[in-house]
Amino acid sequence: MLTEKTLEKLRILAESAKYDVSCSSSGTVRGGKQGMVGNTVGGVGICHSFADDGRCISLLKVMLTNFCMYDCAYCINRRSNDIKRATLAVHELEEIVMEFYRRNYIEGLFLSSGVVRNPDYTMERLVAIAKDLRTVHRFNGYIHLKSIPGASRELLSEAGRYADRMSVNIEIPNETSLKMLAPEKDHQSVFTPMRFIQQGVLENKEDRKHLRHVPRFVPAGQSTQMIVGATAETDRDILHMSSAMYNQPTMRRVYYSGYVSVNTYDPRLPVLKQPPLVRENRLYQADWLMRFYQFKVEEIVDEANANLDLEVDPKLAWALRHPEQFPVDINRDDYEKILRVPGIGVKSALLIVNSRRFNRITSYHLKKMGVVMKKAKYFITCHELTDGYANPIVGINELHPERLKPLLVSKAQQKKAAAELQLTLNFEEEPKEE
Amino acid sequence: MLVYTFDKTLDGILSAVFDAYSLHQCPDALVGKGEPLPLFCEEVHEVVTSDDRVQRVWAGLEKRVSKEAMRLLAVSYLSELSELDTPLFHYIYKVFQQAEGARSIERNFSDPDVLAVTNIFRKVMHERLRMMQFVRFQKAKDGTYLGVVSPDHDVLPLVVHHFQDRFGTQPWLIYDAKRRYGFYYDQQEVTRITFQEEETLPFDLENGKLNEEVLSEDDKLFQELWRTYFKAICIKERMNPKKQLNDMPRRYWKYMTEKQ
Repeated sequence: MLTEKTLEKLRILAESAKYDVSCSSSGTVRGGKQGMVGNTVGGVGICHSFADDGRCISLLKVMLTNFCMYDCAYCINRRSNDIKRATLAVHELEEIVMEFYRRNYIEGLFLSSGVVRNPDYTMERLVAIAKDLRTVHRFNGYIHLKSIPGASRELLSEAGRYADRMSVNIEIPNETSLKMLAPEKDHQSVFTPMRFIQQGVLENKEDRKHLRHVPRFVPAGQSTQMIVGATAETDRDILHMSSAMYNQPTMRRVYYSGYVSVNTYDPRLPVLKQPPLVRENRLYQADWLMRFYQFKVEEIVDEANANLDLEVDPKLAWALRHPEQFPVDINRDDYEKILRVPGIGVKSALLIVNSRRFNRITSYHLKKMGVVMKKAKYFITCHELTDGYANPIVGINELHPERLKPLLVSKAQQKKAAAELQLTLNFEEEPKEE
Repeated sequence: MLVYTFDKTLDGILSAVFDAYSLHQCPDALVGKGEPLPLFCEEVHEVVTSDDRVQRVWAGLEKRVSKEAMRLLAVSYLSELSELDTPLFHYIYKVFQQAEGARSIERNFSDPDVLAVTNIFRKVMHERLRMMQFVRFQKAKDGTYLGVVSPDHDVLPLVVHHFQDRFGTQPWLIYDAKRRYGFYYDQQEVTRITFQEEETLPFDLENGKLNEEVLSEDDKLFQELWRTYFKAICIKERMNPKKQLNDMPRRYWKYMTEKQ
């Protein structure tokens, strides 16, 4: 039976888990089954609520316990922090999941844990809960399990039978920085479980070709997360790491988490007045460019531009660096080229290539289809803009990028970017002694 | 200006298409019966809905456009928006105007009517998603789960299948407080229900709350747990009420446990 104590435990453990970004319930379509509770819808998943910080609540994101034997500088649950600690009993957690799910509060469970005793012990308990939910409670909804770095292969392959998605967080893209902040961790302990899961998924795929009833293994693939702004890595380092991740066949999402100063007393960490939200947003935009807009990571960031421009989004920044690619002819050029025009998204690009088989598309049509003409007009031609002398074209090549950029950046954007830039500068001057 | 008046049903629109072709004319607008006519309206024709004609037009449509487009036409009508009538009529009219074997206009988004209907279809589908997101069930003493909603568009028929698939092991009732009907699932099949006397309803239409005497004992606790979780998961340093409102508009809040 649940009591008032459970309420307090849930509060403590949710607060400990909230810095993990991943919350999506995407990636698997699994219809309801006779006698089982729930299904998964696939697509982009379902967000059941949105917290006051605007983040989606899709899964019950909670830790089994926030006791932890590690002392990672960026983590709220580090051993040396004096915070309230709690552990949820297995039956409590399972009852909460089932009752929340039946009330349509959540899509499923995102279960993580502090490391107690040793990685295998902790992982075993996570797996036991996932197994219980599936076999005893007949739960058919979404389960996201965190794999504990250093857990054994046997445990991971058991976990994969019950979980929809598994994740291990890289946290810091550079191993030396990771070693500095989290002396007990290294990249090896992250990549090993990742490789295990990937091998499991690929083997399972092969098995299912021969025997259709073989249960699926981690059907929604893996995800990972990197902390932004806690160490000196540039956006280029971060994005190269994500690009390498996306080259793995089972990696579905890389999340970026703007560092929230949770342990202000630690001299190894920068003191930020607010998390670097603009930078985080730009990284997500760059991530989208790689996943949906067919950009290569080298196009988004290079040696000269190791950090993303905070004032303009990465797609516009790319366009401003490459005036020779424009104007794009809306009525003739390939879908891939149209996709690269600032102000045109996947949705409007599809509308354009479908409609132009019927008649010539004009800027009037574009506006109606939802293209942001305020931006796009400098980068496109649909032949009506070019006619005449009275109405000369004013595109990126006529205006030149340096004169165009101020036209496209609003005052508010400039302000936001400037505020954040100042904050990151502080961190170089951080005293190293103590 | 030529105006057709019709009975504000999808069948009415299909009958109007039949009339337009049999009379060799194309009306400029469709207006619901009893609604004020537009200015400068010289000619008015009253469309009489007839099943036979509806079926002929529907069968003709099936031959000319894809299944997805048929779904789009039917779903867009659930929007209950009066600004849909004329574009939807023109869309269907244009389908029949095309030569046999010509490329179907359903993907010509530069056509204002096709684009308007497609956009309204998107709106309806978005509302459907929001029902899947924001329905909140309360458990009654007899084990039935009740969720009250009042969607902008009449989308309940579109989400029934989802809830049946997901909650096949529990009886539930989803009630549309705006349109005064609901769907009840008894673990076998879904039936559309209406209540004859609203005074005897076991729940409040204003906030969707079940009356104390029928609410199951532990439901209060789980509501409290959910509210606690909702508060705990927010990172104060990242407060962003604007985004929250964008993704979860205030009009849904009144039935949502965490916002009550």
